Amino acid sequence: MTLQTDYIGKPTNRVDGPAKVTGGAKYAAEYNVPNMLYGYVVSSPIAKGKITKIDAAPVLALAGVQQVFSHENVPHYAFFDRSYQDEIAPGGSPFRPLYDAEIKFSLQPVALVVADTFELARYAASVLYIEYEEVAHETKLSQHIDDAYEPGTGKTGYQPPKSRGNFGKGWKEGVAHVEAQFSHHAQHHNPMENFATTVEWLGDKYLNIYDKTQGAFNSQLLVTKIFGLSKEQARVVSKYTGGGFGSGLRPQYQLLLAVMASLELERSVRVSLTREQMFSFGHRPETMQHVALAAAADGSLTGINHFAVAETSQFEDFTENVVGWSGMLYDCKNVALGYRLAKLDVYTPLDMRAPGAASGSIALEIAMDEMAYAAGLDPLEFRIRNYSDRDQAQDLPYSSKALRKCYHEGAAKFGWEKRTAEPGSMRDGNLLVGWGMGGGVWDATTKPATVRASLDADGHLTVSSGTNEIGTGTYTIMTQIAAESMGLPIEAVTFVLGDTELPESPLQGGSWTAASVGNSVVEACAALGEKLLKQAQKMDSLAFKDVKIEDVQFANGQMRLRSDSTKAMVLRDVVQASGEGKIEAQNAKEKSKLAALKPPKYSMHAHNAVFVEVKVDPDLMTVHVTRVVNAVAAGRILNPKTARSQVLGSVVWGLGMALMEESVMDHRFGRYMNHSLAEYHVPVNADIHDIDVIFVNEEDDKVNPLGIKGIGEVGMLGVAGAVANAIYHATGKRVRDMPITVDKLL
Amino acid sequence: MNSFTFTQAAAVDAAVREKASHDGAAYIGGGTNLVDLMKENVARPTHLIGLKKLGLDTIENTPDGGLRLGALATNADTAYHPEVISRYPLLNQAILAGASPQLRNMATDAGNLMQRTRCYYFYDLATPCNKREPGTGCSAIGGYNRVCGILGTSDSCIATHPSDMCVALAALDTIVRVSGPNGERTIKFEDFHRLPGNHPERDNTLEPGELITGLDLPKKGFSENFSYLKLRDRSSYAFALVSVAAALELDGNTIKDARLALGGVAHKPWRDQAAEAMLVGQPATADTFRRVAAKVLENAKGYGENTFKIELAKRAIVRALKQATEMKEAVDTNAFLNSNP
Amino acid sequence: MTHVTQAPLGKAPATLAPTQPVSLRINGQDRTLHIAPWTTLLDALREYLDLTGTKKGCDHGQCGACTVLVDGRRVNSCLSLAVMQEGSEIQTIEGLGSEAQLSPLQQAFIDHDAFQCGYCTPGQICSAQGLINEGKATTEAEVRELMSGNLCRCGAYSNILSAVMEVVGNSKS
Repeated sequence: MTLQTDYIGKPTNRVDGPAKVTGGAKYAAEYNVPNMLYGYVVSSPIAKGKITKIDAAPVLALAGVQQVFSHENVPHYAFFDRSYQDEIAPGGSPFRPLYDAEIKFSLQPVALVVADTFELARYAASVLYIEYEEVAHETKLSQHIDDAYEPGTGKTGYQPPKSRGNFGKGWKEGVAHVEAQFSHHAQHHNPMENFATTVEWLGDKYLNIYDKTQGAFNSQLLVTKIFGLSKEQARVVSKYTGGGFGSGLRPQYQLLLAVMASLELERSVRVSLTREQMFSFGHRPETMQHVALAAAADGSLTGINHFAVAETSQFEDFTENVVGWSGMLYDCKNVALGYRLAKLDVYTPLDMRAPGAASGSIALEIAMDEMAYAAGLDPLEFRIRNYSDRDQAQDLPYSSKALRKCYHEGAAKFGWEKRTAEPGSMRDGNLLVGWGMGGGVWDATTKPATVRASLDADGHLTVSSGTNEIGTGTYTIMTQIAAESMGLPIEAVTFVLGDTELPESPLQGGSWTAASVGNSVVEACAALGEKLLKQAQKMDSLAFKDVKIEDVQFANGQMRLRSDSTKAMVLRDVVQASGEGKIEAQNAKEKSKLAALKPPKYSMHAHNAVFVEVKVDPDLMTVHVTRVVNAVAAGRILNPKTARSQVLGSVVWGLGMALMEESVMDHRFGRYMNHSLAEYHVPVNADIHDIDVIFVNEEDDKVNPLGIKGIGEVGMLGVAGAVANAIYHATGKRVRDMPITVDKLL
Repeated sequence: MNSFTFTQAAAVDAAVREKASHDGAAYIGGGTNLVDLMKENVARPTHLIGLKKLGLDTIENTPDGGLRLGALATNADTAYHPEVISRYPLLNQAILAGASPQLRNMATDAGNLMQRTRCYYFYDLATPCNKREPGTGCSAIGGYNRVCGILGTSDSCIATHPSDMCVALAALDTIVRVSGPNGERTIKFEDFHRLPGNHPERDNTLEPGELITGLDLPKKGFSENFSYLKLRDRSSYAFALVSVAAALELDGNTIKDARLALGGVAHKPWRDQAAEAMLVGQPATADTFRRVAAKVLENAKGYGENTFKIELAKRAIVRALKQATEMKEAVDTNAFLNSNP
Repeated sequence: MTHVTQAPLGKAPATLAPTQPVSLRINGQDRTLHIAPWTTLLDALREYLDLTGTKKGCDHGQCGACTVLVDGRRVNSCLSLAVMQEGSEIQTIEGLGSEAQLSPLQQAFIDHDAFQCGYCTPGQICSAQGLINEGKATTEAEVRELMSGNLCRCGAYSNILSAVMEVVGNSKS
């Protein structure tokens, strides 16, 4: 029986919608605290060398300029690398802003001008005189393939991809072979909100820090370590984040500059980065990849080889899983995988939506399409023949895997059976029509999180956790889960997040927030339920005497017996009877931490299959993606409305990656030249046509109690590859270097 | 952005006098390009003269049957003006192919002529650029020049003029009316923008202090057979890789008169009158169009990243002339219908 | 080794232009600010008037997050100087509706889930209001094109389209 207060799985409107559509939602640079100063960052024009002179005097002479900070006058708050390492810092020595004269990458922050107004700080920054000695830099990945090295494992948590069987043997066994090189440039996250931090000086080194981040606790950790502040002194607040996509997983340098300036000047300070400066930190690394596939006469894969070289900085080893997925998505005994890094004079790359997989899946999915043609099979049929029922990489069964349903339901919705295989064989008037497909796999991760649930005497439930809202719908789905768990109407529930004074939550990333925080919401509500039951039992009610929590149901605002729903108490009355203003409980983080230590019994992953139609003008070679069907298997869907939006957005990202996104570096300057939203092209409304999202039914009682797998990244996989495959189908041109701009098709 | 003072000018002659009396003064219309350039520290005026109160925002028929666009009429008002839609639909299409609705609401017609290149290096003070800092060199040559020019370039500069509107204005034989310290004069559109030569810092032939007051469209608007085709890296809100304004006067299938201008390929809107002459008297066929396209690009020069534009421009010319001939797609006030398949 | 100089224009900076009173009419209210001419309309709203609903996404007219209505027309407030807007009627997202009284567009954006992170949303809604005021878009293709001056990095375009189409449809009937 469905209860009135069953919310999980319903397409509830976003609870933070009204705030977002009225301009009421406040982002980091929008806390206009009194008596605040503005900091403006000066960025390096060179990629490598050192600062030899800074003449700040003329700028300091301007009325209203408070200070010019640079390595010459910023104290060394901390000395050891570990103090600069945030929660997910890769191995190496993190960049320290304004620490010394050395220039390690173009657009490196070299000074912070602090003034009474934003305009004055901006002007003063533009006339700050700085001299540099420039030395030769290295930014071209293709020239460093030979120096590429295998990243160290050790403390960083990096696991090299696992090969198995004997690829050489598998290659020989095959009758059809495909071998090709793939590449793409760096890409920048470019969330709509620029990175910014407002530091409110409360006196005595107590700070309220409003930061753009995907993890308030990570920002706090870094600030306390570097500046020697206590957690009480460094409260970090992040109620809304204007887009993350991974960019906010590591605290960015404006946070450290704003805190430094606030401590030095004992004033409130805001530092916002410009759009150009959004190209000065982590990005999806450029990769160059090699894929070789061999297949037997029946189309079964006999060998998979996937090798990637990716850029990293000179100072940190950023790693991501580019090739590992190729060892698990399709069934194959002989798999050889390799991954290497090359050090360049750039900032350390950073996780960007579906990190690693987004890059690797392009190569794998294009190669799979090429092999389907080589083997004379339909690309869908070829994938189905190589379906993997067991995770061969970890040698574990899947907790659930409904990819087959994705293939079938996606293909049916798309009308794939009407596809004719020959490139150029389908037309719409003069236009070439191409149909291509792809797909992917992404981790279903659950991390320890803590949540507090508090019911007040008015019957209002406040559930809180220091997680983030980056657009994924955290406020909404957590409210739904809590409302259903406590059997309250959704209006009687508030979810609070984005504050280090709340129970600790992991970084908002990796598609793990719904599972991690969601299951913890259930646990916290269960703990609250037990307290409410105990209180009820103290009360003059025989109905609940000797009743165990398993026998109690929370529904429609009441606590009632499962066996007899007429035996019920209104929750509000229970709190009121307690004589306390509220009853609250928190889940036990330790329990989930211990669980994480146990070796996994199952491989837990989300999957998708995506079908794409392109129309290509045969003369002008302009490409339009007219239809996309993306079928996703991601366990239980908490809110089909917000989940669909996640997948729609993922498709847009995939189209961007396929057709237009790239950060283009002029290697003579070691500088990304299209550092603006006019020239770093992301899709616009007119680029987007019909996108169909299917959530196939996938029940999973093993992945976590709620059976959810996360939806923020899986939807992007296979999209760019499918576009490339569709373009091949339309034109007969196989482009393996993303993005597929018109010049590559002429 | 540097510090500057601001006055709102009350009349054209007052504005011109104001400009002459201030070193480093600049006129500001809609501000869409100038304010951007000021934020980038590419433009550093010390005094701005606001033009909003000058009027000059009307669009009126002229006695000779043409149409006068006030210098300060917005791009949006111009594109959607009934006379422009009915008599100069090529102009309507070109304007609507450019920028975004917000920018078109702000940008003025004169400002459209005055906008500066979108070359990456021009905007980035960390790199040499002859247009920004004469004598420092051209970074685009030998660099990332995907957006740069292939026609009329020089060793000093391969930047392009970014306008769509101006490509149509060039094709339509527009006359630019200006006022300056020495009084009023008119400039043929073709002569308004310059090729870079050794002075890429100069975009146009305006004399110091001169102010554009209006644009005169002649009577002939080619409203029967025209096309504005824009090719870019995304479907909207992007500068042209190549654009083509094509206009024909047909007698049956024979071309009686023709106009052909290209955007995104040169330091100025690239009108090719020799190609137009080649079209006249010929049948409006793909063969004719291909020969003409080859002629237009005969002296084109690629610089690596942008070499594809030569082939792309040829194909775009053929397509635009074909569209102008057939007028198959419904003539819509929204240009995108014509440029998207 | 090469010597590179940054900001060679940084000779002793000239004296700065003084602040001046600038009167703006915003959401039906007259507001007087004391600002220098270099303050953009966007910064005037966000930094001087605490109207932070209008967003700064690029500050160069390349994203549309700063869209407001000036005399009923949508413009990029980042590219306009506040001093240029004296005498204009400016409407921001805060003037279109409130949480207690959402405008039809605001309600449609919620119903169609036409946003995710919410940062581009006020600009999208002001732009959509401008589009409706203009009355040039009726078909889906037209709305897509004429909403293309507003980037949404979350990729909510399909839902933005349905939200705008719903209100465009209702405003016609």
